Amino acid sequence: MTAAPNSANDLLLSRRSFLRVSATLAGGLIVSLYRDIPLLAQEGGQAAPKPKVYPPDAFVQIKPDGKILITVNRLEFGQGVHTSLPMILADEMDADWSQVIAELAPAADVYRDPVYGMQMVGGSGSIAHSFQQYRELGAKTRAMLVAAAAAQWNVAPAQCRTEASVVHGPGGQSARYAALAEAAAQQPVPATVQLKDPSQFRLVGKRVRRLDSRSKCDGSVKFGLDLDLPGMKTAVVAHPPVFGARVKSFDDKPARTVAGVRDVFEIPLVKGTGVAVIADKFWPAKQARDLLQIDWDLSAVEHADSAQLWSHYKTLARTPGNVAVSHGDQTKIDTVAAANRIIAEYAFPYLAHAPMEPLNTTIRFDGDRAEAWAGSQFQTVDQAAIAEVLGLKPEQVTFHTAMAGGGFGRRAVADSHVQREAAVIAKRLRGTPVKLIWTREDDVQGGYYRPMHVHRAEIGISPSGMPLAWRHVIVGQSIVAGTPFAAIIVKNGVDATAVEGTADTHYDIPNFHVSAHHPAVNVPVLWWRSVGHTHNAFVMETLIDELATRAKTDPIAYRRQLLKPDAKKLRAALDLMEEKSASWRTTLPKDHAVGIACHESFETGVACAVDVSIENKRPRIHRVTVAVDPGFAVNPLTIESQFQAGVAFGVTQLMSKGAITLKDGRVEQRNFDGYTPPYIVDAPVAVDVHIVPSTEAPSGCGEPPVPVISPAVVNALAKLTGKRYRSLPLVTV
Amino acid sequence: METYKLTVNGQPKEVTVDPGTPLLWVLREDLKMTGTKYGCGIAACGACTVHLGGVATRSCVVPVSLIGDRPIVTIEAMAEDPVGRVVQDAWVSHDVVQCGYCQSGQIMSAVALLKSTPKPTDTHIEASMGGNLCRCGTYVRIREAIKTASQQLP
Repeated sequence: MTAAPNSANDLLLSRRSFLRVSATLAGGLIVSLYRDIPLLAQEGGQAAPKPKVYPPDAFVQIKPDGKILITVNRLEFGQGVHTSLPMILADEMDADWSQVIAELAPAADVYRDPVYGMQMVGGSGSIAHSFQQYRELGAKTRAMLVAAAAAQWNVAPAQCRTEASVVHGPGGQSARYAALAEAAAQQPVPATVQLKDPSQFRLVGKRVRRLDSRSKCDGSVKFGLDLDLPGMKTAVVAHPPVFGARVKSFDDKPARTVAGVRDVFEIPLVKGTGVAVIADKFWPAKQARDLLQIDWDLSAVEHADSAQLWSHYKTLARTPGNVAVSHGDQTKIDTVAAANRIIAEYAFPYLAHAPMEPLNTTIRFDGDRAEAWAGSQFQTVDQAAIAEVLGLKPEQVTFHTAMAGGGFGRRAVADSHVQREAAVIAKRLRGTPVKLIWTREDDVQGGYYRPMHVHRAEIGISPSGMPLAWRHVIVGQSIVAGTPFAAIIVKNGVDATAVEGTADTHYDIPNFHVSAHHPAVNVPVLWWRSVGHTHNAFVMETLIDELATRAKTDPIAYRRQLLKPDAKKLRAALDLMEEKSASWRTTLPKDHAVGIACHESFETGVACAVDVSIENKRPRIHRVTVAVDPGFAVNPLTIESQFQAGVAFGVTQLMSKGAITLKDGRVEQRNFDGYTPPYIVDAPVAVDVHIVPSTEAPSGCGEPPVPVISPAVVNALAKLTGKRYRSLPLVTV
Repeated sequence: METYKLTVNGQPKEVTVDPGTPLLWVLREDLKMTGTKYGCGIAACGACTVHLGGVATRSCVVPVSLIGDRPIVTIEAMAEDPVGRVVQDAWVSHDVVQCGYCQSGQIMSAVALLKSTPKPTDTHIEASMGGNLCRCGTYVRIREAIKTASQQLP
C-alpha cells in the first residue's frame, strides 16, 4: 500500500516528541519517547490526558544484567524488522549486540509510524520511515550513558568512547552500561545529538542474522494462534456463502450435541450476519460448525460472477475511464499503420493472500476494559475497532501485537473485520477470553482479495521501434473506496493503487494516456503485497519486451534506451543485473530462454533476469539474478532474503491454480487444493541478489521483489513458444 | 470421548478426546505443544508435519484413534535429536526463516529426508519437501540449508 490518511499525518508532524528517561526499580534505565499529547489536546480543546508511563512508551530498556530490550514499533511477519530496527538503535547506542532482545510494541501513540501517523506496516515503509527515528533513539541513549560516566570520572563527554555496552574514559576508566544506567537516567535528554558517520557503523550495513531464527526453528516462538489463556474458549464463525448475506434462520440442535460446545449464536458481521460457535477447543467448534443448518437470505446481495465480470470489464476497457495521466497527443496512435500497432488486452483474477498462519484474534472483555492479541499490520485501526464494538475508548483496550505468520497485506484491513467479529463474540462472553480462528476455508473464501483487473493497451510504434503513443485503460475495483484512505489515495476518480506502475512509469513515452474504471462489485478487495504493481508491472514489462522483440533490440538495451534520464535507481539496477547475469545469459542450455524485467516500486529499483525452460507444460525457473537499488542497505542479508523469497511469492500469480473465481456469488476455491500457491518445485531453484552500493536514504524491500518475477518468466516463455501470455493464471504454457 | 495413551517425544501421555480429533489438535490443545502448526487441515501445506512411527506425517488428517502405539515425534524434540539439531543449526546459519510459521513443518520434513537419504540430490529434496508450503517463499534457503546439514552429517 502506498499512503495513509493525510489528516492524521499532518497532525502527527505538527506534534513534538521528546525522550524521557527513568530508572527501573532494579537500577536499570528506561528510555521512552513521548509525544506532546497535551499540546495536541489543547488544539482539540480537550482536557490533557495523563502522561503515559512505561511499559507502552519505552523503546529501550537496559536491564541490570546487561540485557538490552529494544521495542519494535511495528509488526514482524517475516520482513525482518524485529532484527533490523534493533540493529539501527543498537548501533548508534554502541550496545553489545549479543545482549540485545527485541519485542513487538503494543498499540500506543508513540509507536505510530513517523510518516503515516498510525501504527502500521505497509508501503514497504518500516525501514524507510523508522531509520532516522531509531538512530536518534540510540544516539540519545548513548549520549546519556556517556554523560553519566563523564560526570563520575570528572572528564568531558567528548573524551569518552563507547563500544559493546561499555563507556571508556580517557584515563583507561571503563563502566558497563548496566552499571551506569541509574545515573544515566538522571541526565537531561539531549535536544540534539550527533549521529554516527556511516563509516562508523558496526551493525548497520552489515549482514546481520535474524534475532528470531532459533525460536522459529524449535517451535518455541508464539504466534497469535498459539496463545493459550486460562479458561480461554475458541470461536469459529459460519460466514455467509455470498458476501454480505444474512442468516434467515438456523438449526443448532445437532451442533450443540458436540461435546465441548458451549454456545451457538448469530452475530452481526461488517457486512451481513453469521453464526458463531463457542467451544472449549478448536476441533469441537469446527465439528459443530459443520453440523449447523443455516438458511441464508441471499436475495438482497449482488451475486458476483467471474465470467460476467470479465465480460463487463472487457467492455469497459474499450472506453476511456477517469484520467490518471495524460500528456502529449494519444490520437497519434491513429496515424500509425495497423501493422505498427499493438493492441493488447490483459486479464488478472482475484488473488487471496493466504498467509500461512490463519487469521485469528483473541480478546478478553472485562466490562470497563479489554485485552486483545492479534498479529496486526494496523494496530491503531484494529484497537479502535475493538473499542468501538465494546463501547470503550481505544486506550481502554490493551492491544498486544502478536508475532504473525505472514500477512502480505491481509492483516492491514481498514474495516478490521476479524477484530470486530472477535469483539462481538468477546462482548457476549464477558470475562472469558475467546480466540476467534478463521479456518483456511474461511480465509480462502472470505474475500479481501487482490482485485481482478482488465488492462487494454493500444500502442503506436514509431519507425525507430520506440513507442510513439500509448493509450491504456485499467479496469478494476478500487481498494480504498469506502475507507478513510480514499480521501488521500483517490484523485480525479482514480485509485492510485490501481494504476501505480503504469501511470507513473519510468519509461519515456511521448504521447501517453492512462485512465481507469473502478466498478463496484460485491467482493471485498485489499492490498496484496506490492498492490497495483502486481498487475501493472506485468503489463508494462511484457509490453516493453514485446516492443523490444519487434524492434529486434536486446531487451536490456531497449529498456535502457527508453528509461527516463532521471530513473537512476532503475538504471543502476539494470546495469548491475546485466553485469551479474552476463555469464549465464550467454551460455544457456538448449531449450532454455532468458526473460528480463525491471520495475521500480516503493522507491526501490529492481531488475531481474530469469532462466526458464518448460517442464510438463509449466515454466521451470532455474535461476534468477536480481539487482536492486534500495538506497542505503541497512541489512544486506535481510534484503537478500526478501528478494530471494519475494520472487517466489510473486510466482503465485503464475500458478495454474493461482486464482480466486466466483460463480453466482460463491467463491469456487476452498483451500490450498483449489487455490494453490507455489511449492518448492514451482519456485526459482536459485536466486542471486546484488545490491547497488548507495548512500541515499533507505527505501523499502518488502514488496519490490514481487512485481518483476512474473513478467520476466513469461517474457522467457514467449521466446520458447512464440506466444504472449496476457491472461492469468497461467493454466498451461 | 475416549482415552488414548500416546508416546510423544519419548514421554507417555494420556488424553481424553473425541476419537476423530486430529493428532494436530491433540498436540496443540490437549498437550499444549504449539510448535506443530495448523495451516490448512487437509494435508495440503505441511505446516503440521510430525514424525509418526518415524515417518513424516501430516498430523492434521490423522485421527487420534488411528495412532495406536506408533511413537510421535514433534519439532519440540528436534534440539535433542542428532539430525534435528544439525538441521536447526543449518536453518539458523542460513537465516532461512522469515515469518517462520511453516518452518516447524519444513524442518520435520527435512529431518525425515536426511534420516532416510543422508546425501539428497535436488530431486530428492523436491520430492520430500514438495508438500511443504512457505508463503514467504524461503525455498532457496531451505534447499541450501538441507545441503549444508547433509554435509555436516556422517
